[in-house]
Amino acid sequence: MKQTGAKTISEKILSNKSKLDAYAGDIVEAEVDYVMVNDVTAPLAFKEFEALGSEIHREKIVLVPDHFVPNKDIASAEQAAEMRRFAKRWKIDNYFEVGRGGVCHQVMVDEGFVAPGRLIIGADSHTCTYGALNAFATGVGSSEAAAVFAEGKLWFKVPGSIKVQLEGAMRKYVSGKDLIIKLITDIGVDGANYKTLEFAGKGLANLPVSDRLTVSNMAVEAGGKAGIFPADSDTLHFVRKFAKGKWEKVDPDAEAIYIDERDYSLDDLVPMVAMPHLPENGKPVSEVDVEIDQAFLGSCTNGRIEDLRIAAEIIKGKKVAPSVRMIVVPASSLIYRQADEEGLLAIFVKAGAFVSGPTCAACLGGHMGVLAKGERCVSTTNRNFVGRMGHKESEVYLASPAVVTASAIAGRIVAPKGAGA
Amino acid sequence: MKALRGRVWKFGDHVDTDQIIPAERLTSDNNERLGSYLFEKVRPGMSTSVKKGDIIVAGRNFGCGSSREHAPRALLQAGIVAVVAESFARIFYRNAINVGLLPVECKVQADEGDMLTIDVEKGKIINETKGTESTFAPFPPFVQELMDKGGLIAKIKEEKRCIK
Ligand code: SF4
Repeated sequence: MKQTGAKTISEKILSNKSKLDAYAGDIVEAEVDYVMVNDVTAPLAFKEFEALGSEIHREKIVLVPDHFVPNKDIASAEQAAEMRRFAKRWKIDNYFEVGRGGVCHQVMVDEGFVAPGRLIIGADSHTCTYGALNAFATGVGSSEAAAVFAEGKLWFKVPGSIKVQLEGAMRKYVSGKDLIIKLITDIGVDGANYKTLEFAGKGLANLPVSDRLTVSNMAVEAGGKAGIFPADSDTLHFVRKFAKGKWEKVDPDAEAIYIDERDYSLDDLVPMVAMPHLPENGKPVSEVDVEIDQAFLGSCTNGRIEDLRIAAEIIKGKKVAPSVRMIVVPASSLIYRQADEEGLLAIFVKAGAFVSGPTCAACLGGHMGVLAKGERCVSTTNRNFVGRMGHKESEVYLASPAVVTASAIAGRIVAPKGAGA
Repeated sequence: MKALRGRVWKFGDHVDTDQIIPAERLTSDNNERLGSYLFEKVRPGMSTSVKKGDIIVAGRNFGCGSSREHAPRALLQAGIVAVVAESFARIFYRNAINVGLLPVECKVQADEGDMLTIDVEKGKIINETKGTESTFAPFPPFVQELMDKGGLIAKIKEEKRCIK
């Protein structure tokens, strides 16, 4: 690719962290700010790390049990215990116990590990979530996480970027989830493979940080290595509240070279649902006629306080349909506490929903909401693959918190009244 | 690397890691027997029919979804030594290299059970059953070196970059 001196956000962060003048296509070795592993990916990483006989970059390591905790069975109990032991043996302070943590990606945000300009990797594919806060963040495997435990750095191929230009403002009950489902539907589940989705445009001012986190979270569902936003005043306001340590925002250069450009007018967006079994099967909710057995509100995609507020507003004074189980799982302990203080949890419970403390829960079919054969779930999560939430003949429909909540009340997939108005 | 020769298992586009190894198997007690759960939801029985050295031929975006390194490990443990796909999801591709499963980006004509030879040095795939041949681009030198050394951890070990 032509090197003009002008860079995308990805090229800038990877240049800064490798101390090289790097452009798309280059392979660099870059200093990593943080490496996160969860209970599912940690044991393999620990084993690889310990086989190395290395020193440890303990200050860079973040350990978050979230997938199968609170321990769902003996095997997951043993696995979670391995994490606890590793944290103790290697004196890792950044270990977040059940009740004081939550879904790994939300914990990374809440605890201030995520900030503009940082390079963060995680042994979890949705590590790309942090791009919402102007960080370059991407998922890796356990061995690579182990390599970073030992070396504090990792090799990266600098990705080319697709510019996604946003204009306008979303209508009521339309959200970042609808934008990202639409985008994935347009470019396909491999439309951004090996690439960064870099967001830009005046519409950003109308896309709150919580929505951006949802959008970046699902960049990987288009194959994206990262989904990055520039840091505007909303970002700065947000990270000043949460971020630990020093950071510096990174703006793209005006002359930066993009592989492709896509334009979206936020005004045109409507509530969307991604039909089984791929996130690219998006359809406007108005074209869908599906009865459901379960409605899941939670996960690193849409378990934030803003999501719970919208859901509570819709369900307040109403009831979950008799044929439906609604499961509400705030993404972190911080959000859980906040939702409690705002009275949101009580609204869900009163409506007949099941509310739990933070965990990945049904999102990956681990526990607390596994689907039986033939069952259908409308879910605020990010994946609807075959068998993702349970039986291989169950179905997951991805949608926004507003649609999931309205559907829980109606017993079928619908948008809330007044959506898109 | 010498040439690999094995029978084909055929898959389509977007084979995700939840299919390769379901999430409920991802507890550390299973880490040495991941192969026995390979594709258990979508192709039950496959894990016991795979012969050591078999090869998967798939379409686009193989290994999309979760970052679980358990996926290439499950394939290897079951006996699969290479995946030939039109394209790979990026995390899977890196994981495959790190655990020693060969990922070859190439479009080949093959049916289930065909006999395939992959010659990495020559960048050639020969379908012996069909009598056809395809070529693939050489791996970038950096990636080739990683593979030759047996993955990132093995490379670090060899270079003793981090021994106290
Ligand atoms: S909530 Fe779901 S997608 Fe997010 S980290 Fe947990 S299992 Fe993965």
